[in-house]
Amino acid sequence: MFRTMGYNIKQALSQINRNKAMTFTSVLAITAMMLILGLFFVATININLFAEVVKQDFDMVEIYMEDDTSEGIIKQIAIDYEGQESINKVEFRSKEDALEIMKQRWGDSGYLLENLGDNPLPNSLIVYVADAQTAKKVAESAIDFDGVEDVKYYQETVEKLTQATDFIQLASLVIMIFLVLVSIVVVSNTIKLTVFARAKEIRIMKYIGATNWFVRGPFFVEGIIIGLIAAAISTGLVSLIYDNIMSIIGADIIRILSVPIVPLEYLAINLAIIFAALGVGIGSCGSVVSMRRFLDK
Amino acid sequence: MKKYSIITMNTIFKGKPMIRFENVTKKYGENIGLENASIHILKGDFVFLVGPSGAGKSTFIKLILREIQADEGDIYLDNLCVTNLSNREIPILRRKAGIVFQDFRLLEKKTVYENVAFAMEIVHKSKKEIRRQVPQVLSLVGISDKAYKYPEELSAGEQQRVAIARAVINNPTVLIADEPTGNLDPKTAMEIMDLLEKINSRGTTVVMVTHAKNIVDEMHKRVIAIRKGKIVRDDIGLYSFKDEESLEDTEEEIFYV
Repeated sequence: MFRTMGYNIKQALSQINRNKAMTFTSVLAITAMMLILGLFFVATININLFAEVVKQDFDMVEIYMEDDTSEGIIKQIAIDYEGQESINKVEFRSKEDALEIMKQRWGDSGYLLENLGDNPLPNSLIVYVADAQTAKKVAESAIDFDGVEDVKYYQETVEKLTQATDFIQLASLVIMIFLVLVSIVVVSNTIKLTVFARAKEIRIMKYIGATNWFVRGPFFVEGIIIGLIAAAISTGLVSLIYDNIMSIIGADIIRILSVPIVPLEYLAINLAIIFAALGVGIGSCGSVVSMRRFLDK
Repeated sequence: MKKYSIITMNTIFKGKPMIRFENVTKKYGENIGLENASIHILKGDFVFLVGPSGAGKSTFIKLILREIQADEGDIYLDNLCVTNLSNREIPILRRKAGIVFQDFRLLEKKTVYENVAFAMEIVHKSKKEIRRQVPQVLSLVGISDKAYKYPEELSAGEQQRVAIARAVINNPTVLIADEPTGNLDPKTAMEIMDLLEKINSRGTTVVMVTHAKNIVDEMHKRVIAIRKGKIVRDDIGLYSFKDEESLEDTEEEIFYV
C-alpha cells in the first residue's frame, strides 16, 4: 500500500493537471457546499453555547425585593425556603453585590455603570433548587409574600430553547447529508471524466493483472486532493465571514447582551478538522462510486 | 547445446495440463459461443486456434481470462479453477497468463522501457528487480536499442515485440496471442513467430489465434479448429481450408464475438 503511494500521488497530480477545468469546477461546487455547511455549523454551535449558558441558570429562582422591604422580612423569607425539601441553598444578594456582578459581566464596558448615580438594582434572594418542579413552586409562592416585587426563573425559556436547538440540529443534519450526497455526485462525475480519458490504459492494466485497488489508487488520491483543496478554501472563507460578522456586531454589544460567542480560533480549528474529514470522505466515495461499474469487468 | 536444452524443457514439462476446458458451454442468449467444448493444452504446448470469424475463438480466450463466465463446465489454468474464481482473484489469474493482441495495445505516453516496466509495477515488483529484468526481456525480444523510444516511433513489428516483452516479463505460464501477426507483413510476421517459438522453447505454453495459413503450415504445430462453438479438429498438421470454411455456407445466424 505504501509502496504504491508515491505512484498514486504522482498519477493523481498529473490527472488533475490534465483536467484542470473539471477539477476547478468540482472544488468550486464542494467549496460552495462546505460554505453553506460551515455557516450552519457556526450558527448551530453558537446557539448551543447560548443554550448551555442559559441552562446553567435553570436551577435558580431570583426573588427581587421592593426597595423598602426590611432586612428582617427578607431573612424570614430566606429561612422559610431553606427548610423546604429540594432546595439546596438560599443566598442573599444585596443591591451592591448585584451591581458588582453586572460590572464584571460587562467587563471593559463596566465603566458605563459608574455614572448611574442611584443603584437601580434591587436586593434579591437567589434560591437554588434541585429540580424544575421546585423552581416553579418556589416562584409561584414567592410572589405572594409582602415585599416581593418580582420573581424570575428560567424553566420555560430553557424548555423552549432546548426545543429550538433540537430542531436546528436536526434540520442542519438533514441539510448536511443532502449536501454531502450532492458533493459525492459532483466529484464522481469529475473523476468519471478522467477515468474515460484513461479507459484504454485501465483496460490494459486489468489485462496485465492489476488489482482493482491498483487501478483505483490514483483516482482515489485525486478525489481526496480535490476534497482537501475545497476543505482548505472553505475553512478560510467561513472563518473570514465569521470574523467579519463578529466585528460588525462589535465585541462590546455582544458582551453587554451577555450572549456568549464561540471564539474564532476554536471555530477555525474545528472547521478545519471537520472539513478535512468531509473532503476526504467525499473525495474517496466519489472516486469509488465513479469507478464501480468500470471495474466490474 | 541450445537445441538440447529445448528438448529437455519440453520433455520434462509436457504432460502437465496448463489449460483445461471440461465440457464448457457459453451462450449469448440464443447464440452459441462454445458448446460442450473440452480441450487440454499441456505445459510447453504450442497451439494454433483457428476457425472462421464468430466461431468461438474469442469466446475461448475471454473464458480463459475470465472476461466472461462460462454457463456450464469447468476451466482450469495451471492449478487455478478459472470458473470458480472470485472477482478479487481474477488479477492472480491474469498474472499467470500473458496476453498479446493484434493491435498491440501499448501505452502511447510511455517509452518502450516504461511500457514493460509498468507490467512489473502492477504486480508490485521492486525498482531493483525492474531495473534488472526489463533490459533482459527487451534483449530477448530484440529491441534493446529502442528502449527509450515511444511506441509511435516504432514499426508495427517492433511494437508487437514490445507487447510480447510486456506479456512475458512476469514469467506467465501461458502466453495467449490473439492474431498477433494480423497487422504485420509476412516477413515481420515470421520474425514474430520465431520470437514466440523462442518463448515457447523456454517452457511457456503458447496459444495463438490466427487466420494465417502460411504461418500454421510453416510452423507445423498442434491445430485446434473451432466452428459454431464446437471443436472440429485437434491435431498436429497443416492449415486446412475446412478450418476457414465460412459460416455463411450454413443458413444459421452467427453471433460475432
